[in-house]
Amino acid sequence: MYVASTRSPGRTPKVSGRLPGTVFALGTVSLLTDISAEMVTAFLPVYLIYTLQMSYVQFGLLDGLYTGATAVLRLVGGYVSDRTSRPKLVALFGYGLSAVTKLVFPMVGASSFGIGGVLATDRAGKGIRTAPRDALISLATPSDQLGAAFGVHRAMDTVGALCGPLLTFLILSQIGTAAGPVFVVSFVFAAIGVVVLLAFVRERRSRVNRSKVSVKAGMGLLRDAKFRRATIAAALLGLVTISDAFVFVVLQKVSDIPVGFLPLLPLGTAAVFLLGAAPIGRMADRFGRWKVFFAGHVLLLVTYGMLLVPDGGFLAVAIALAAHGLFYACTDGVLSAYASGFVPADLRATGLATIQTGQALTRMVSSVVFGVMLAGMAMSSAVIALVAVLIAALIAVALLVRSS
Amino acid sequence: MKVWLSGHRVLVGVVAIVLLVLGGGGYVAWTAVHQPAVSEDAPAPNAGDVVFIDLDGGQDRVTTLEPDGRRATSSLRCQRFYRAAGTSVCLRLAGPGPTYEAAVLKADNSVLKTIPLPGIPSRARVSASGNIVAWTSFVTGDSYTVPGGFSTRAGFFDLRTGEVTESIEHFEATVNNRPMKAADVNYWGITVAADDTTFYATLASGGLNWLVKGDLKAKTVRSVRQNAECPSLSPDGTRVAYKKRPTPLDKWSLVVLDLRTNKETTLPETSGIDDQATWLDANTLAFGLVKGGARTAVYYVPADGSAPARAEIHNAASPVSVK
Repeated sequence: MYVASTRSPGRTPKVSGRLPGTVFALGTVSLLTDISAEMVTAFLPVYLIYTLQMSYVQFGLLDGLYTGATAVLRLVGGYVSDRTSRPKLVALFGYGLSAVTKLVFPMVGASSFGIGGVLATDRAGKGIRTAPRDALISLATPSDQLGAAFGVHRAMDTVGALCGPLLTFLILSQIGTAAGPVFVVSFVFAAIGVVVLLAFVRERRSRVNRSKVSVKAGMGLLRDAKFRRATIAAALLGLVTISDAFVFVVLQKVSDIPVGFLPLLPLGTAAVFLLGAAPIGRMADRFGRWKVFFAGHVLLLVTYGMLLVPDGGFLAVAIALAAHGLFYACTDGVLSAYASGFVPADLRATGLATIQTGQALTRMVSSVVFGVMLAGMAMSSAVIALVAVLIAALIAVALLVRSS
Repeated sequence: MKVWLSGHRVLVGVVAIVLLVLGGGGYVAWTAVHQPAVSEDAPAPNAGDVVFIDLDGGQDRVTTLEPDGRRATSSLRCQRFYRAAGTSVCLRLAGPGPTYEAAVLKADNSVLKTIPLPGIPSRARVSASGNIVAWTSFVTGDSYTVPGGFSTRAGFFDLRTGEVTESIEHFEATVNNRPMKAADVNYWGITVAADDTTFYATLASGGLNWLVKGDLKAKTVRSVRQNAECPSLSPDGTRVAYKKRPTPLDKWSLVVLDLRTNKETTLPETSGIDDQATWLDANTLAFGLVKGGARTAVYYVPADGSAPARAEIHNAASPVSVK
């Protein structure tokens, strides 16, 4: 037990002892799965446009549909895992589904219906597994270490996200653009992730009162003032978070760095997120998870502010990406840790899914709106509007949280 | 059995992981060993040959097809290729990321200049004089209408001045006689005329697109007509071939517009094209196309629409004739 007032001389208090093995095991599962997913993400445009000579635009149109469907499946995954109290089994289904799609990809060939179906299945798997996985992490971790646990998990996840494209590059440069090797290697990583989940993640079968888990009980979560506030605040802040792609594209244009650096900008954000996730998670345990979550959005304001600095060059880009990566470190795992602190264990996955879904949907809305704004006005006007709305949202959220 | 499994789950897990790694590694090694052979010293192509990218085994080798059907494979690997008057452009993998580049090559395939691309290779062209090299790359994941869609960057390189224009999106655009000021302007498929100054391209904004005629020196473009993508100007500069579709949910077909009469001709059996066509000569177009689940092939089609497109080179892309 960590108690803030116990200070032995010459020793700084430590928040966490050792995190439970489940956190590292699930981190490994996510790392492997992300290698697999990001390998395909890096390869897919080349595969579709070049090998299959297909129009990429159709998939852009489908993308919005997938995001919506994933959000709903996230709720389903969360609810089913609470209802059966078998989060590991539900997560396994999600991970397994995504792993299998990696082998189906080369089989469907140049059929847009086939490719669309495989992509949808892959996303479905991701939607189903997210909430039960986060519930598994939170149920295995003492409540004073939740931030650290989610931080470590997200950092491991990001290691995978950085390794995936690197592997794709190695295969493309050494073997060529044939689809087989990329998809097979991607499948192997996903399958190893599934094996690790099966063999090395132990779920503590809680003696949960299952009769208490129902759709009605799930809705009842929203009657809890604290939960409702967190959901509304996360959704409201999601409404002013534009997709990463927009951030990178606008940043490259405004800062006026050579356009060839554009594909490397996401790596900057990911690297900062990777380094910051675990220490900031520990910080959140100490200073308050909600405070850190809020501070993350102030950092997002810094990123958006840099989008208004003309000809800022590499310095502006470095500041923007550092703030962007820290924004993720302060918000991604910290929100799950914060919610895990007060959502009852028997509704944990449902509660996490509700908060995450609200945030994901409003983020999607904001990106669509921002895209429409860009089509109708100058870039600087769109970014100024975005900054203004973010400041308004921050004030609203601050008041909302203070009023309680 | 079930009891044994749960008792030895770690052992079973480790064995499963080892088998997966061996299986995957074995497959990758097998593919690496079974690569098609390459003759590293392909002679320079002659007038009348067609140069294309051979997709066999994902090797993407630039290959010469002579009129008698003989092939010579070079060591050059590209995702997109074009050549004219001794200048070649090769859009290819450049480094981790994965990142890509436009490599400008001299007649002996020595590299003159490489230009990093912001996205993945899409289109490439060299003007008839060999002086202007133009390209388009896809930037995935930053569509201005759908997150995760796409946008494009079209740029060009002038060999005479050594000047690179990474993107032409700052050009002064006039669409339907009104200045176009939207921030979501995308260009793709630059094709340059014989004067090395006039060019055609596609301009897109707000979900609509136009064939535009521009001036590389004055940095201006003006819309010619709506709904025309990836234009390709005929050698005599009188016709433009482009892909066109009734609605964004339909397939594209190849269309030839006569600039003198403003008359469009849809070429038969070209449905499903997603390519910037090449003029092999004054009357024949070539382009890559996947039909009926088969592999990509290069098709030839008469530019007057007098005969349907037919597959000429299988498992190939980026055709260009040597003049």
